[in-house]
Amino acid sequence: MPQSADKVKDHIALFQEPEYKELFAFKKENYECRPADDEVAKQLEYSKSWEYREKNFARQHAVINPPKACQPLGAVFAAAGFEGSMPYVHGSQGCAAYFRSHLSRHFKDASVCVSDSMTEDAAVFGGLANLVDGLQNCNALYKPKMITISTTCMAEVIGDDLSSFINSAKEKEAIPADLPTPFAHTPSFVGSHVTGYDNMIKGILHYFWERESELTPKPGSKINIIPGFDGYAPANNRELKRYLDMMGVDYTLVSDVSDTFDSPTDGHYKIYYGGTTIEDTRNAIHAKATVSLQQFSTEKSLEYCASKGHTVAALNSPMGLTGNDAFFMKIAELSGKQIPEAIEIERGRLVDAIADSTAWLHGKRVALFGDPDVVYGLTSFLLELGMEPVHILAANGTAEWEEKMKALLATSRFGDGATVWRGKDLWHLRSLLFTEPCDLLIGSSYGKYLEKDTGTPFIRLGFPVFDRHHHHRFPTFGYQGALRVLVEILDRIFEVADGASDISFDLTR
Amino acid sequence: MSLDYTNDAEFNEELIKEAVAVHPEKAGKKRARHLGTVKTDAEGTSTCGVKSNIKSVPGVMTQRGCAYAGAKGVVWGPIKDMVHISHGPVGCGHYSWSQRRNYFTGTVGIDSFVTMQITSDFQERDIVFGGDKNLEKMIDELETMFPLSRGYSILSECPIGLIGDDIEAVAKKKAKDTDKLVVPCRCEGFRGISQSLGHHIANDGIRDWVLGKREQEWESTPYDVNLLADYNIGGDIWPSRKLLEEMGLRVIGAWTGDATLAEIERAPKAKVNLIHCYRSMNYICRHMEETWGIPWLEYNFFGPSQIAKSLRKIAALFDETIQANAEKVIAKYQPLADAVIAKYQPRLNGKRVMLFVGGLRPRHTTTAYEDLGMQVIGTGYEFAHNDDYQRTAEYLKDGTLVYDDASEYELELFIEKLRPDLVGSGIKEKYGTQKMGVPFRQMHSWDYSGPYHGYDGFAVFARDMDLAVNAPVWSKVKAPWKAA
Repeated sequence: MPQSADKVKDHIALFQEPEYKELFAFKKENYECRPADDEVAKQLEYSKSWEYREKNFARQHAVINPPKACQPLGAVFAAAGFEGSMPYVHGSQGCAAYFRSHLSRHFKDASVCVSDSMTEDAAVFGGLANLVDGLQNCNALYKPKMITISTTCMAEVIGDDLSSFINSAKEKEAIPADLPTPFAHTPSFVGSHVTGYDNMIKGILHYFWERESELTPKPGSKINIIPGFDGYAPANNRELKRYLDMMGVDYTLVSDVSDTFDSPTDGHYKIYYGGTTIEDTRNAIHAKATVSLQQFSTEKSLEYCASKGHTVAALNSPMGLTGNDAFFMKIAELSGKQIPEAIEIERGRLVDAIADSTAWLHGKRVALFGDPDVVYGLTSFLLELGMEPVHILAANGTAEWEEKMKALLATSRFGDGATVWRGKDLWHLRSLLFTEPCDLLIGSSYGKYLEKDTGTPFIRLGFPVFDRHHHHRFPTFGYQGALRVLVEILDRIFEVADGASDISFDLTR
Repeated sequence: MSLDYTNDAEFNEELIKEAVAVHPEKAGKKRARHLGTVKTDAEGTSTCGVKSNIKSVPGVMTQRGCAYAGAKGVVWGPIKDMVHISHGPVGCGHYSWSQRRNYFTGTVGIDSFVTMQITSDFQERDIVFGGDKNLEKMIDELETMFPLSRGYSILSECPIGLIGDDIEAVAKKKAKDTDKLVVPCRCEGFRGISQSLGHHIANDGIRDWVLGKREQEWESTPYDVNLLADYNIGGDIWPSRKLLEEMGLRVIGAWTGDATLAEIERAPKAKVNLIHCYRSMNYICRHMEETWGIPWLEYNFFGPSQIAKSLRKIAALFDETIQANAEKVIAKYQPLADAVIAKYQPRLNGKRVMLFVGGLRPRHTTTAYEDLGMQVIGTGYEFAHNDDYQRTAEYLKDGTLVYDDASEYELELFIEKLRPDLVGSGIKEKYGTQKMGVPFRQMHSWDYSGPYHGYDGFAVFARDMDLAVNAPVWSKVKAPWKAA
């Protein structure tokens, strides 16, 4: 008997028991009609070849394991970063269920978002009735300070006009006229989740700066920071605020999800927790500058801020020395504040750590994938570690991103062997790893399939991370964050070294 | 084991009133019909007192999903040797990628495709010009990439039905070109009101595009059965088929967990269909009954009481040998069940459970909890129909709170006021509940554990409920300086 009460075996151990192995073999032999084992082995080998790679890269229509999501996910994420904001998805209800599940699986935290459950009749008559009822019910039940509306592809295909629908809902007194209802059209057949983030941030700023009432910018001393679509936002935003406070900078984080997706367990569940206040969001128009930490997640938002007279600057998910140096210098330049010695000491500790470990990092070949800015920031860090990025992939990268990546790689001889893959998927990356192997693979949890197939040691970094807990509770941003990323890379390298040879099983590395 | 307890109907009715009152009038009226308590009348008939399978109220935060989730995520997705195309924009396939834990054996990307996200990744031009032509070319490319696949399902996302694409024509053409089964599935997310219609549409796809379409060579025996509507979450279907095989039955097809297309196509050769999740596959059972005269039987493999009852019920359809074997199987495993209960029941006795799951488990698991001495005080479904609630009442004690298509608001209120010792629901409900200090188990995905079916699974179920309810962390929720 494979199971026992004394030592209960779950799926991990149970299906290794002989009774189950026999069951699998019996089923396969008698009922499954699978291809013959040698046929499978042959195809498996073939799938590792250059010839297969060429066929794989000839694909123009089939997309296989793309590491990207759709616009409204980014919009819901952006909307979650404001105080008392209820993300509201106008369209099919299944989308809202998916976004909530997806965010909860990554953050291991509650994620709320209502939808107005449009069905066949709404497909025919439009979704106005759903929006009116939806806003009214949402307001009655959840008493939000703002309802932040994005769209699914259903609403986009039938052409629902959010602006006039929301006006109608207020005219019908479904919700109070003064309840803020920022909105953005976020068709899932355009761009990816980072596009949706951009559209929603812009939508929110536009609502409070122009639509609610026409505000005139009166530039003060504040700096707006837009953190971007960041899976490490809880820890990264807190780290960001710590640094800005150390520098004495007057700032507003535009969409701060650090508390939303990392709230305490204390016996009471609060559906709203933390976030940028509405007052700060309105006043953000009076900033003298707006800095984005993710250029490719905020292009339209920054353009909009520039139109309000802000000096704008965009970084690319600062990671490591160069990226964070640029951040601090940009903030110092814009705010007129000094970079305090304490931050320089932190930087020195990071340099110290890199110097201690550089021998283990030097020349290691790395494949990496993820969102455009995250991949840029990481590549920059890898180059200064003396590592060699080889395959660099962003399924949602733009032509501009590709150019910028190439320029970055050209700054270092460690970038000489790199190829930038824009718009490719993880089935492409599988071919790349088989034909041009690497020492390490870095990316979101989906990379685990590539590690299993190709044997490339894998480090989880990006969004989503579903299969490891609490990574988002520790920063990747700043010099401290870079230390954490460094340690993760080193740990993986040492694990591989420890497992590779009995002879070289050194106590001290 | 049948536990004797009742739940507080009066308190629960008050709770329902409180929940309804928060809604605007129109929404409140609608929601009131979905909330009730179990009552038994003078004739001994129990009812749940709720309406079901009705459109969700906009804006209340329903926990429901969509037809695509039901068709791709539940029914088609687990069939391992077919390539399942999420046809439309990238999101739907992305969010459902590897999330149902439909275990399978096979080589991913070579002869099995369950944990892959394969999509036509619609762009604006596809919306404008239609996606049929590219879908054709896509299938050609997939043939090059995955020559050992046995066929394709085309799972429509919202835009497909709105832009007037003809995926049926593409399916017919590509079936001819590839000499494989290509099945179109009109499961756009806006169709219907929940995942449930997606199950139905997927069943219809099996009916219209798979069963009886190609000649099946098969030597039948009187003991051939299909095991239907077990999706092999965390390996559920394997302890289940083990019991049936030990009884002397031949499980010639198991749907759709760990299934190959051959197991689906062969189905009409079976003598009987055994169905676990009634909600998601009763349609195809009825079809096979009407077309080939195959009888079907519902069973429940959660917890030893129901397992034994089900094994006897199944055996009763066969000869005395099978019936004797069933008794042998029960006798073989009863000591395991007894040992599990002896170990865990003292730690779980009297603990109060609230459930909110999909279309089956809110009733099917209740007796497994009771086998461990636990009491179910509230239960409800995301997408059950009236016939599910009819099947539910007999499982529940009088006074039990029943909530159909409960919103986030209602669930939070009920949990807060009833303060159960355990909530069993989904990922969306998990973290908010735990913040209240209430232990939680995901009952869609088995919280990354399982299997829970069969005797082997019951041991895991018991262990998991114990580790949730009795985790030391729940005594540390309040800071000690605030605990008083």
